[in-house]
Amino acid sequence: MAEAQNSPTLNSVRAGGPPPLGSTTAGQIAVAAESTVATRMSAPPSFDVADFPVPHGREEEWRFTPLERLRGLHDGTAVATGEGVKVDVRAPEGVTVETVGRDDARLGRAGTPVDRVAAQAYSAFEKAGVVTVPKEAVLTEPIRIAVHGEGGVAYGHQIIELGAFAEAVVVIDHTGDAVLAANVDYILGDGAKLTVVSVQDWDDKAVHVGQHNALVGRDATFKSFVVTFGGDVVRLHPRVSYAGTGAEAELFGLYFTDAGQHQEHRLLVDHNTPHCKSNVAYKGALQGDDAHAVWIGDVLIEAKAEGTDTYEMNRNLVLTDGARVDSVPNLEIETGEIVGAGHASATGRFDDEQLFYLMARGIPEHEARRLVVRGFFAELVQQIGVEDIEERLIAKIDEELEASVG
Amino acid sequence: MATLEIRDLHVTVEADNATKEILKGVDLTVKQGETHAIMGPNGSGKSTLAYSLAGHPKYTITEGTVLLDGEDVLEMSVDERARAGLFLAMQYPVEVPGVSVSNFLRTSATAIRGEAPKLRTWVKEVKEAMERLNMDPSFAERNVNEGFSGGEKKRHEILQLELLKPKIAILDETDSGLDVDALRIVSEGVNRVRGTGEVGTLLITHYTRILRYIKPDHVHVFSGGRIVESGGAELADKLEDEGYEAYTKGGASA
Repeated sequence: MAEAQNSPTLNSVRAGGPPPLGSTTAGQIAVAAESTVATRMSAPPSFDVADFPVPHGREEEWRFTPLERLRGLHDGTAVATGEGVKVDVRAPEGVTVETVGRDDARLGRAGTPVDRVAAQAYSAFEKAGVVTVPKEAVLTEPIRIAVHGEGGVAYGHQIIELGAFAEAVVVIDHTGDAVLAANVDYILGDGAKLTVVSVQDWDDKAVHVGQHNALVGRDATFKSFVVTFGGDVVRLHPRVSYAGTGAEAELFGLYFTDAGQHQEHRLLVDHNTPHCKSNVAYKGALQGDDAHAVWIGDVLIEAKAEGTDTYEMNRNLVLTDGARVDSVPNLEIETGEIVGAGHASATGRFDDEQLFYLMARGIPEHEARRLVVRGFFAELVQQIGVEDIEERLIAKIDEELEASVG
Repeated sequence: MATLEIRDLHVTVEADNATKEILKGVDLTVKQGETHAIMGPNGSGKSTLAYSLAGHPKYTITEGTVLLDGEDVLEMSVDERARAGLFLAMQYPVEVPGVSVSNFLRTSATAIRGEAPKLRTWVKEVKEAMERLNMDPSFAERNVNEGFSGGEKKRHEILQLELLKPKIAILDETDSGLDVDALRIVSEGVNRVRGTGEVGTLLITHYTRILRYIKPDHVHVFSGGRIVESGGAELADKLEDEGYEAYTKGGASA
């Protein structure tokens, strides 16, 4: 049996058995006077690593993570090796690309580290990358940031800032082998439109932990794709807050978790401003022994955030026995004056009836599985809008399937 | 000439931790160009026969043989059976999210024909087949069976029948859930395929209604997991008048 577990806090769990694909799992909806999203963390947010105790694994924010595989990122023993990771930024004309010191005023504006590794990254980096798109600049080509690991340990910080009404697509591509703790800040001016694709296509041994903070300006649109294929442990913390009304955030994610991999995505959308929207959709496929995916989706609607419209969804497709999913949607509502709020989580095994239907039309099993898994991811892939990335993702999905079910 | 020969077929299914025999010795021969109607009450095992022939993993064959042109069908995987020329139009076609009808049809046709159909002729072939079944062209861009009405699902099954041109077509309650207009359109599709004389048809149905549109050469009454009576089209008329009562009260266990 594939083990497909949801958090015990969920009202109901569907796993295994007849096709649960497309069904929903009710999560937790708390109507609270005060947020517990913050209070259940083991320490308040801080830029200083010393403010966080070394985690032992039982803390709420660490209970799913294999600390022993973080290679010392969590306890201060991982020391940067200098040439650990190479970063190459290619940007169209008009975009400013800088490397700045720790005293730069733009640092830390989008958000504060919420756990020990994010704070460690913030405390340990020497130089930060800053990419700035001037106001009203509409880029026709993506900005490409290649982060390539060369086997070392590194701490990093990257800022991407769009001026008012600027429009840009940014592709951050992680490859190679590294032990990396790095945070990324996205700062969107009023009316700006930013699409970010962060691809984690690491080699098998890589460890990557990071916090992504987006601060979305008034009437601005932030669209994020987090795509995780590789690595031994990848633990990302995409977070969104709003700097003005009328802003929108769409957070999409795809992951393909193989045998032995731990891939964890912990999201927070903080509706701290009235009349903003958010839409979260993460989909994952898992295969092989001890493949472990964790998805935590926190949405907080603060008392002042009237007119909020939010939806979050996580779906997992378990392809083989021995894989495990922990999916925990969590919606906290402090005001009833909202447009809408909902969430769904479902984990299903590969649907044998779909397989039978396709095979009964002459399609060999391997190809039938490929069709179904491609189909599962298709609706998200098609929304990326960066052709070479879409093609690469499809190819990558095929490659992952070749490796296992072939 | 293609022939499907079913001999003494016994099939069991696992249910509630027990093994239950559903088919208890089915004998039937279907030749190319012939149409056989299999009629019977609910629970008589008609659909089990259909799915067992197609190779659904839920069913276990415990005895008997199934040969298609002398080849052992029971040794074949599900996709091999389809490529050998067996087609099952399903009573409850399955949704496949994210896979478009056009992609599905082309992948299937490529598998069945052994090579990818030439794009230009293929597009025309699909378009014409869809027109004949009163299907809107936008249908091709929808995901397989996702959000289809009952009638759309059945038309989609018959569309595949027309495009894949099997040797033996098994139609499992294709008439169920259809209104008169949809039934007529679907029946016309089946008749076009029959009209080529190149397909043997096994029409599984609970009702005689569809037999007004599709005239069978042979009618078999199915009860208690086997064929209990066979005859010509006139047997369907008898069933229309008298129902299955005679077969369910003792006839089946005889």
